[in-house]
Amino acid sequence: MILEIRDVVKHFNGFCALSNVGMDVQEKKIHALIGPNGAGKTTLFNLISGMYHVTRGEIRFKGTRIDGVKPYLRTKLGIGRTFQIVRLFGFMTVLENVMLGSHCKTKAGLLKTFFRFSIGEPEEEKVTRENALKWLEFVGLPHQADDIASNLPHADQRLVEIARALALEPDLLLLDEPASGMNPHETEELNLLILKINQMGKTVFLVEHNMELVMGMSDVISVLNFGGKIAEGTPAEIQENPAVIEAYLGKR
Amino acid sequence: MDYLISVATIAGIYIIMALSFYMPFMTGQISLGQAGFMAIGAYVSAICTVKWGIPYVPAVLLGGIFAGIVGLILGLPALRIKGIYLLLLTLGFGEIVRVVAINLKYTGAAEGFPGIPYQKYTLLYAYGMVLILIIFFSRLRRSRMGRAFQAVGSDEDAAEIIGVNIVSAKLLAFSVGAFMAGIGGGIFAHYQEYVEPLMFDIMHAIEFLIFTIFGGIQIFWGPIFGALALTFIPEFLRAIQEWRMELYGALLIVMMIIRPQGVIGLDTVRALDRLFRNALGKEWA
Ligand SMILES: Nc1ncnc2c1ncn2[C@@H]1O[C@H](COP(=O)(O)OP(=O)(O)O)[C@@H](O)[C@H]1O
Ligand SMILES: [Mg+2]
Repeated sequence: MILEIRDVVKHFNGFCALSNVGMDVQEKKIHALIGPNGAGKTTLFNLISGMYHVTRGEIRFKGTRIDGVKPYLRTKLGIGRTFQIVRLFGFMTVLENVMLGSHCKTKAGLLKTFFRFSIGEPEEEKVTRENALKWLEFVGLPHQADDIASNLPHADQRLVEIARALALEPDLLLLDEPASGMNPHETEELNLLILKINQMGKTVFLVEHNMELVMGMSDVISVLNFGGKIAEGTPAEIQENPAVIEAYLGKR
Repeated sequence: MDYLISVATIAGIYIIMALSFYMPFMTGQISLGQAGFMAIGAYVSAICTVKWGIPYVPAVLLGGIFAGIVGLILGLPALRIKGIYLLLLTLGFGEIVRVVAINLKYTGAAEGFPGIPYQKYTLLYAYGMVLILIIFFSRLRRSRMGRAFQAVGSDEDAAEIIGVNIVSAKLLAFSVGAFMAGIGGGIFAHYQEYVEPLMFDIMHAIEFLIFTIFGGIQIFWGPIFGALALTFIPEFLRAIQEWRMELYGALLIVMMIIRPQGVIGLDTVRALDRLFRNALGKEWA
C-alpha cells in the first residue's frame, strides 16, 4: 500500500467536509476518486498534500505517517500533485515552472548561486533544465518551453502542471480533475498520457468527473458523497452499485 | 560637475536601497523597514570607523551583516503575517530603530552622529556595489533559489505544495534584503560624514518602495531604473523638487492604470534582448 488513509475527519469551522474516510491506494495502480461536487474530494487531496491539516485520523505514505509533516517535505518524499484550478506561476516561463518541480530534489543555495567564478551554466542547473525539457516533451509541449505560462491555452496549462509534478519524479501522483476544460480530443490525449505515466511505475490517484475516462482506465474507484465514502471497487462494480447510482441520480 | 557627481552618488545609494526593497518583495513581502535597516548599517559602520578605528570596507560590511542579522530576527514574526499587517510590522520596526537612535547617547542621540570619516571614492564604492548586486540578481534569476523566490511571491501555497520551503525562502530573502539596506546605509554614512535619526524616517522607506513600483516589479532592472529616474529627474527640474511626494503619488496612480508592472517589465527586457542580439548577430555574421 503506497497510501493509507485511516478514519480521516476534516472540519471547517464546524462544517464536516470529511467524516471517517478510510482508503488504501495500491502501488502502481490507477485509483480514481469520484463523487458529486462538494463531496470532499479536493479536501482529501489537500489533506494528503498538506495544504490542510487533518482534524482527526491518520495518513500514511509508504508506511510512514505524513499528516503533520510539512507540505514541502511530503513533496520531497515523492507525492506530486496538480490542482483543480490550475496554479502555475503566471509570469514565469513554462520551462521555469517545470524546473521548479524538482526544487526539493536539488540543492544550490544563494551562496552557491552567487559565489562562482565560471560564467557558464552550473552543472545542477543544466541537469534541472534538461530534466524539465524531458518532461515537457513527455507531455507534448516541447516547443512551449519559453512561453509565459499564463499565455498558454487552458488545456496546455494543465499539461504543464502535470510536467511540473513529474519533474519531481514522484511515486504518487495526485491529479485533481485533469480533464476539466478539455475537449474530447485533448481528453483522449490525456488518457494516453496518464496510462503512460502509470506504465512507468507511478501510482496515479485522480479525481475526475469524466466517467468514460475514469471507467476506462481505473483499477480501483472510490466514491465519496457528503464527506463519507459510500462505495469502492472496480469500475464494473461501481457502475452496478445502487448507492452510487442513487448519489449520482439523486443529484439531478 | 561636483553637483552632478553628488547626485549620481546619491542615486547609486538609492539603487542599492531600491534593490534592498526588491529582494524581500520578490517573495511577496512588502517591507517599510528598509530605512530602518539602512539606519542600522549607517550607525554600526560609523561606530566601527569612528569609535573602533576599523577601516571603511570591513566597517560597511559589518554594518550590512548586523542589519542582516536584525533582518533575520524581524523576519521570523514577518513570516506569520501578510499584507497590511506586514506593512505595519515593518513600519513599526523602522520607527523603533529611529527612536532608539534618538535616545542613544553613544551615537549623539537626536543631535546626530558627527565626524564620520569622508570616503571620497563613494561614487565608485556605491556603483561597485550596484554592479555586484546586478551580478547577484541576474544569477539569481536563472537559479534554483531565484525561481523559488518568484514562485513564493506569485503563489505561496502552491509553491509550498510543489516543494519549496517557504519559511526559509522568505526568511532568507528578508534577511538578505536587510543586509543590502545595511550596506547602503554604511556607504551613505561615510558620504554624508554625519548621520542623524531624521535621515531614516518613514518617508524614505516609502521612497524605496516607490522606486520599485514605478520602475518595475517583474525584474530587478525595474527598481534600478526607478531609483535612477526618480533621483535625477527632480534634481534637474527644480520646480518639481518641492512637489516631489505629490508627484510620486500622481505617478503611482497613473502607473496603476496604464502599466501596473512598472516602466521596465519582462516584455521590455525581452524586446531589448532581441534588439541587442539582432544587432550583434548582424555584426558578427
Ligand atoms: N477551505 C475551506 N473552508 C471551508 N469550507 C471548505 C474549504 N474547502 C472546502 N470546503 C467545503 O468542503 C466541502 C467539500 O469541498 P471539496 O473538497 O472542494 O469538494 P469536491 O472537490 O469533492 O467538489 C464543500 O462543501 C466545501 O464548501
Ligand atoms: Mg474538487
